[in-house]
Amino acid sequence: MTMHLKLRVWRQPGPTAAGRFVAYDAPDLSADMSFLEMLDVVNERLIEQGEAPIAFDHDCREGICGSCGLMINGVAHGPMRGTATCQLHLRSFRDGQEVVIEPWRAKAFPVVRDLVVDRSGLDRIIAAGGYISARTGGVPDANAVLVAKDDADSAMDAAACIGCGACVAACPNASASLFAAAKIAHLGLLPQGQPERAKRVLRMVSQMDMEAFGNCTNIGECQEACPKLISIDVIARMNRDFLRASLLGREERVGSSGEG
Amino acid sequence: MELRARTPAGPLAEKWDRHRFEMKLVNPANKRRYKVLVVGSGLAGASAAASLAELGYQVSCFCFQDSPRRAHSIAAQGGINAAKNYQNDGDSIWRLFYDTIKGGDFRAREANVYRLAQISVDIIDQCVAQGVPFAREYSGYLANRSFGGAQVSRTFYARGQTGQQLLLGAYQALCKEIARGTVLMYPRTEMLDLILIDGRCRGMVTRNLVTGEVAAHVADAVVLATGGYGNVFYLSTNARGSNVTATFRAWKRGAAFGNPCFTQIHPTCIPVSGDYQSKLTLMSESLRNDGRVWVPKRAGDTRPPHEIPEAERDYYLERKYPSFGNLSPRDIASRAAKEACDDGRGVGPGGRGVYLDFADAITRLGRQTIEERYGNLFEMYQRITDEDPYRVPMRIYPAVHYTMGGLWVDYDLMSTIPGLHVLGEANFSDHGANRLGASALMQGLADGYFIIPVTIGDYLATAKLDKVSADHPEVRGALEGVARKTKRLLSIGGSRTVDSFHRELGALMWDKCGMARTAHGLGEALRRIPEIRAEFWENVTVPGSDAELNQALEKANRVADFLEFAELMCRDALHREESCGGHFREEHQTPDGEAKRDDERFAYVAAWEYAGEGAEPVLHREPLVFENVQLAQRSYK
Ligand SMILES: Cc1cc2nc3c(=O)[nH]c(=O)nc-3n(C[C@H](O)[C@H](O)[C@H](O)COP(=O)(O)OP(=O)(O)OC[C@H]3O[C@@H](n4cnc5c(N)ncnc54)[C@H](O)[C@@H]3O)c2cc1C
Ligand code: FES
Repeated sequence: MTMHLKLRVWRQPGPTAAGRFVAYDAPDLSADMSFLEMLDVVNERLIEQGEAPIAFDHDCREGICGSCGLMINGVAHGPMRGTATCQLHLRSFRDGQEVVIEPWRAKAFPVVRDLVVDRSGLDRIIAAGGYISARTGGVPDANAVLVAKDDADSAMDAAACIGCGACVAACPNASASLFAAAKIAHLGLLPQGQPERAKRVLRMVSQMDMEAFGNCTNIGECQEACPKLISIDVIARMNRDFLRASLLGREERVGSSGEG
Repeated sequence: MELRARTPAGPLAEKWDRHRFEMKLVNPANKRRYKVLVVGSGLAGASAAASLAELGYQVSCFCFQDSPRRAHSIAAQGGINAAKNYQNDGDSIWRLFYDTIKGGDFRAREANVYRLAQISVDIIDQCVAQGVPFAREYSGYLANRSFGGAQVSRTFYARGQTGQQLLLGAYQALCKEIARGTVLMYPRTEMLDLILIDGRCRGMVTRNLVTGEVAAHVADAVVLATGGYGNVFYLSTNARGSNVTATFRAWKRGAAFGNPCFTQIHPTCIPVSGDYQSKLTLMSESLRNDGRVWVPKRAGDTRPPHEIPEAERDYYLERKYPSFGNLSPRDIASRAAKEACDDGRGVGPGGRGVYLDFADAITRLGRQTIEERYGNLFEMYQRITDEDPYRVPMRIYPAVHYTMGGLWVDYDLMSTIPGLHVLGEANFSDHGANRLGASALMQGLADGYFIIPVTIGDYLATAKLDKVSADHPEVRGALEGVARKTKRLLSIGGSRTVDSFHRELGALMWDKCGMARTAHGLGEALRRIPEIRAEFWENVTVPGSDAELNQALEKANRVADFLEFAELMCRDALHREESCGGHFREEHQTPDGEAKRDDERFAYVAAWEYAGEGAEPVLHREPLVFENVQLAQRSYK
């Protein structure tokens, strides 16, 4: 079955240039195409006409690298729950439907070009403390420390985050809480993550504030948008950890400016 | 060119220990004087960059994605092998070594593979210490699963996202060093050429993919961990950005390319659905633990699967390879699927598919167990095909997945260019002519965490490295070369898109240099490739400029290299007049259709040297000497 979509795509030549919506007619599509394959087809046609193709980030195209991420009709990653943009197929749309495509909108994610944004703030949150400081070598046998299956499973649920930034894009406050909290939960649920638990939460939260991310006010849009369905329970956990760490006063609030 | 493998002397099990002792060390206080460039942030690159920085070297790390966490390794699903013998099922370092050598059809170096098996156990320890949430038993101990080509259960996994979790572990270790200021990270930056001074690799030229700025980086050593080149086939399970540019341009600078024709076709991928298809999705090999592969016995049988009675189904892997059955190695399972489809017994649209059926497993274990084991894969399948694999058997077909070939390296992982080291899928690797499942992650992390941190020290401590100034003529020359090539691509102004050339090349390679190869077909490909390339350079159109984010330009650079590299692959495939592992020459098969090796003539690594524009590359041979295993016909029957 062939399909036809009417696209309105955000085009912006560069970070400081003004952007605007441009309408594109996209006929002769197949319902079995992925959303990004549809954009490939549109781009091929644009290039053949000598126009600049629509820039968008993508790589794995199987929902795991976190590169892709588009606002589709105002919804992060589009209409299908628990699905990254690259895994969305045109069968989720109606023939003839108008589809508005925008980049992630957040102060902390400046537009680089068209649908491509700068998400390096997320990397800086991890660099602030989203790790266990295990140097290479000199670690105990993998079975020396047991981990209850439930804990390992919950840690894995949180660790499934692909770092796409949909949570930020979907949040009216543009908060990165779900992202940071998922990492804090992943590491904090494991025995190996305990020694740095307090320091980790203080530093990551402080880095989040230093980037232009907003505050969490428990709206919950983030978990709706998350392609891995990470639950906002991790945010409550982060808040508890943060409170406990602050009370303990283990470390004053510091960023990732190199003193780590 | 001389190929010196530098394999240490002594008994197999002692070589690595002995070598570590014999290598020169860099004084801890001196390490910070050395600058090392690590290209790539996948498992191999991220683990290397983090470990080198921990040791005190000044490290710069580069990747073309917007974050190092997005390297292609993130997509690995099934697991990572290690000879832990936690299951007490008879595993050992020796067995993992033997399985890997045999799985590779006796085309890898014994000493390297043995070292890999030794190190495998340390990798799991390291990853657990970093917080990698591997699957666990209710007891709290680590769980294992089986993988193709092995009869023991030695694969560690994190649901169907093992690569993601291992990479995040390495990425987090890398972030820790970035925060300490010991690693300078350059995301969205592509290496486009190497800088050689006095015969040594002393740096490289990069393009900033956002601003287009072309820059030179000088250093004491360069480490390439840039992944595989499966995308020469256009359609593969690799991420869309995976490419050959880094290793190919190193080849043009004098690094020998080892066994370029050794590519792995994975048996369980979702079949192609249309010509807009941009990539193929792998369904993890772990599915073959519980799924049964079959096709109808009768050619042209178009009944839906549930209407085909048991007696009219051919479970061909179980029939042909009773002792390994559905867990036969990848090359064998792929070829068997192709055969079934060539016989007209393929299923689904176009007849290029076979069933992978879970009905028996669901009856035996219950839907919930299957859901626990493979839930995310089933979901992925359903999302792509709109079919429910709990109810109808999956349809699968082989697809290009991994490249065993890569830059030739010695035991220290150094290429034929002194100072240029190559890790992970980018090197010609420990996998011979076929890689066993769950062994790439193991190799990438062995290279990055445990081998390069030691061997690079020996190079730096023994090489006499003068300071290189940023306006050295070689530096300027390399910069100008990159700028020139970019200008040329932008100025052609033809009428065909880069992708259209890439698709054309891919279809040709799949047809002539894919699962089955013949002298005739390869000859044809060698005639066609230069024609496609010539048309590319006359008729491609690349819009935009070089001073901006220009994704069409990025692709054009990569496809231009694929168009040359494809020829090297075909040449290698043509010269290797035997069948081994993933390299199946139809002229060389046993009466029952299995790969027929020719150890007399081909027990060597083919290392190709670039001989200049338009000149035929020169073949060098590194003989493979087997002192510890007996060369046997691989049998999985
Ligand atoms: C779908 C899939 C599933 C798999 N599952 C498994 C599995 O279960 N078990 C297993 O063992 N193996 C598996 N593999 C294989 C395995 O994932 C890869 O072989 C391995 O991850 C490669 O790691 P790497 O570090 O060598 O390279 P990659 O992860 O490919 O990383 C390459 C890096 O180099 C960078 N780069 C490349 N070129 C340049 C350049 N010119 N300039 C700058 N940077 C550059 C990239 O940005 C990237 O950071 C799977 C592969 C696929 C495709
Ligand atoms: S492209 Fe990797 S998650 Fe979508």
